[in-house]
Amino acid sequence: MNEKETKIWNAIKDIPDPEIPVITIEELGVLRKVEEKPSGEIIIYITPTYSGCPAMKRFEDDITQTLKEKGLDENVHIETVYDPAWTTDWITDEAKKKLEKYGIAPPAQKSYDKAAILGKEPTVRCPRCKSTNTELISQFGSTACKALYKCNDCLEPFEYFKCL
Amino acid sequence: MTTQEALFKYTLRIGDNDLILGHRLAEWCSYGPTLEEDLALTNIALDLTGEAQALLQYAAEVEGKGRSADDLAYKRPERQFYNSIITELPKGDFGYSIVRQFLFDAYELPFFQMLTKSKDETLSAIAHKAVKEVKYHLRHSANWVIRLGDGTEESHNRVQKSLNDLWEYTGELFEMDEVDETVLKEGIGVDLTLVKAEWDETVNKVLAEATLTRPEDGWMQTGAKREGIHSEYLGYILTDMQYLPRAYPDAQW
Repeated sequence: MNEKETKIWNAIKDIPDPEIPVITIEELGVLRKVEEKPSGEIIIYITPTYSGCPAMKRFEDDITQTLKEKGLDENVHIETVYDPAWTTDWITDEAKKKLEKYGIAPPAQKSYDKAAILGKEPTVRCPRCKSTNTELISQFGSTACKALYKCNDCLEPFEYFKCL
Repeated sequence: MTTQEALFKYTLRIGDNDLILGHRLAEWCSYGPTLEEDLALTNIALDLTGEAQALLQYAAEVEGKGRSADDLAYKRPERQFYNSIITELPKGDFGYSIVRQFLFDAYELPFFQMLTKSKDETLSAIAHKAVKEVKYHLRHSANWVIRLGDGTEESHNRVQKSLNDLWEYTGELFEMDEVDETVLKEGIGVDLTLVKAEWDETVNKVLAEATLTRPEDGWMQTGAKREGIHSEYLGYILTDMQYLPRAYPDAQW
């Protein structure tokens, strides 16, 4: 990245995810690239976690707002890209630790393997008591990226950031 | 038919399936049999609507007449929608919605998997993204088909009836016409006979485990995907979905 690109990147990288405020758009992997075009125009590339992720508009608004506050919003545009498709593998180890501390079990494996429709569920560790004696309640949780689990030891329900 | 015309209609067909089925699933919001299912069905609706948005946006670009994804979703009349009829049928009971979803997911997963190989970069990128999501959809609907089919006498009979009623709408998903042939020849589209082979395998496997009987193939309903000739139900969806943008043109949130 050139100086201008780095400046923009650093200005927005710490914007938190609106649903999971302990991790940033950089750690989540939603912020993909900042590129200066020969015309001088700056394009910020972001990618959705899920196709219908309702946070995308919020990401755009937050980026625009942040750049405005820092006086860096001139000739900057945001573009959504789908390729390469977002994967939980991009979530940094640091961010995974933050997720667990926040009470959300981080993705347990590399991208979801579904050779068999009825394959086994991954082993998920309870973010509270760290037991692996846990049980899937539903593949779909409060947001598209999370599943619902229950810990059979401490009996607390918790969310799991599912592999994608 | 030029490649551009074929690609436009092809992209609309995929996008319209997702948009209309997404809308149908969203009707379960606050009506799900359990809170978890309510969330699951609406999450799947959200995925489908998101995929539809990307596809309709691309269709609008391909068309090149200055229309947006919203214009295509909210300002097209019924005859210009090219979703397959199965996606527009009323939601019925939970078992019916689940069987419809399973029959569709079992089609959509191999379809998108094959579309990832498309020479069209945008369709390939959208397909890569969608495959990840549809895997979860299929896992969800297949598990429920098994649970209901191999459940009580009541649940078994009801999903068997849903399956029998829906069967005549499955053929349209695999029909190929000039649009499909044109994009297939260009390396953009998917050979639906290959999708059908995978669909058969998934359906047979899951139905066997669910102790359900696969209906005999008979007359298959058709017309919507090819020519926009729909069941009576699409009009009602559009009335609901398009009311606001038509009553208040250019309304903004």
